[in-house]
Amino acid sequence: MSKVRVLVGTKKGAFILTADGKRQNWEVSGPFFAGWEIYHVIGSPADPNRLYASQTSGWFGQIIQRSDDGGKTWETPGGEKLPKPGEFPAGASNKFVYDTSPETGKPLTTHQWYDDTQHPWEFKRVWHLEPSLTDPDTVYAGVEDAAIFRSTDGASSWHELAGLRGHGTGPQWQPGAGGMGLHTILLDAKNPNRMYIAISAAGAFRPADGGKPWKPINKGLRSPYLPDQDAEVGHCVHRIALHRSRPDVLFMQKHWDVMRSDNAGDQWREVSGNLPTDFGFVIDVHAHDPETIYVVPIKSDGEHYPPEGKLRVYRSRTGGNEWEPLSKGLPQQDCYVDVLRDAMCVDSFDSCGVYFGTTGGQVYASADGGDSWAPIVRDLPAVLSVEVQTLP
Amino acid sequence: MILVVLPAHLRTLARVEGDVLLEVAAPVTVRSVLDALEARYPMLRGTIRDHVTLERRPFLRFFACEQDLSLDPTDVPLPDAIASGKEPFFIIGAIAGG
Repeated sequence: MSKVRVLVGTKKGAFILTADGKRQNWEVSGPFFAGWEIYHVIGSPADPNRLYASQTSGWFGQIIQRSDDGGKTWETPGGEKLPKPGEFPAGASNKFVYDTSPETGKPLTTHQWYDDTQHPWEFKRVWHLEPSLTDPDTVYAGVEDAAIFRSTDGASSWHELAGLRGHGTGPQWQPGAGGMGLHTILLDAKNPNRMYIAISAAGAFRPADGGKPWKPINKGLRSPYLPDQDAEVGHCVHRIALHRSRPDVLFMQKHWDVMRSDNAGDQWREVSGNLPTDFGFVIDVHAHDPETIYVVPIKSDGEHYPPEGKLRVYRSRTGGNEWEPLSKGLPQQDCYVDVLRDAMCVDSFDSCGVYFGTTGGQVYASADGGDSWAPIVRDLPAVLSVEVQTLP
Repeated sequence: MILVVLPAHLRTLARVEGDVLLEVAAPVTVRSVLDALEARYPMLRGTIRDHVTLERRPFLRFFACEQDLSLDPTDVPLPDAIASGKEPFFIIGAIAGG
């Protein structure tokens, strides 16, 4: 029987939750990397036993962990072997150095700071890892301060894709309250030269057609905290999602507003519809119905918890605008948790499973597309990310 | 041999239990101790000092013989008691946060 493996990153370690295809009885293993912030754990679509984890700490900086056995054992790529005599140690899996070459990096040395001055780029952590759809050794990293890196050797070494910061709008990017992180990387299954990324607070970007540098794709976004509300960049995009069968259709949870684009981000339109609030962080798409999407409305940017103390996932079966609350099995009173941007995912069983984690340490699962929910675990540290693998 | 005391999280990362003994050629300095530590445990590179600038990470301190050496030049020889292994070289994580 098929199995499911849920990968959970928390403020104090990683956890792996496993079940069979019924998704009723769960085994919990962990904590892995106890005491460290685990921003993201994710499996390779090309090799489900290959996992990557972003392990980070305000004291000790960034670590990248890799597993080749589905999370049973882990290693720091490149750091596991002792150097030969006279050889400098490798240990470069956590070395994220911005490209400052004259060709690409020189004009990119500053971005906008909170006080409107320019501030140098400073690496802080990896927010998000996105493995290649076809090669288990190729993986992308979205980092704070915002940039995208790529490894083609299983995360042993990293190189910045400097064209993103190099296209010219970098000095107008600015940090959101949580920092200036590149948090979303979506790979196009039909076009290996295309991907989408999103940054708080800069917006969404994709490589221009024909192999040209990256370009902003933010037309249609409006943000009242910007002096020019429909500026080309500066929008606090919280998350973007797509269905692999239809990579030109994008759904976005912005700081405020749920948005949709039908032309690869060239133009966006609002689809918040009847949501009780359109602030939130997560958004995801049903595994088999590309018009069914999920969000978790959060009261406001000043009050990061569900409206009325009721934790509800909202589902639209029409690609937005018409939303229905899903609350069966979720707490409907006195609930004041948040659901962070990387903390929702879907599996690919025939009856699509939906998962999300909260800052209160709960991981909820639905095995019926969101109709009903049950907690897998209730008392983990604050959940930063949730990913799922559907295994044969 | 030089005795190095690591914070718990770095012991876990380096997969060591207890303190670390290192062979360090004279002159024994903060830099030479860290060079030897990172050569023996490459996974610690970048966790104590920056990969490129080699500057100490802000929330770490270096103590030895009841002195805070964190702000001293890293090429100054460490006290004889450290160089002889009688006293440990401490790498300490700040208590702030947690």
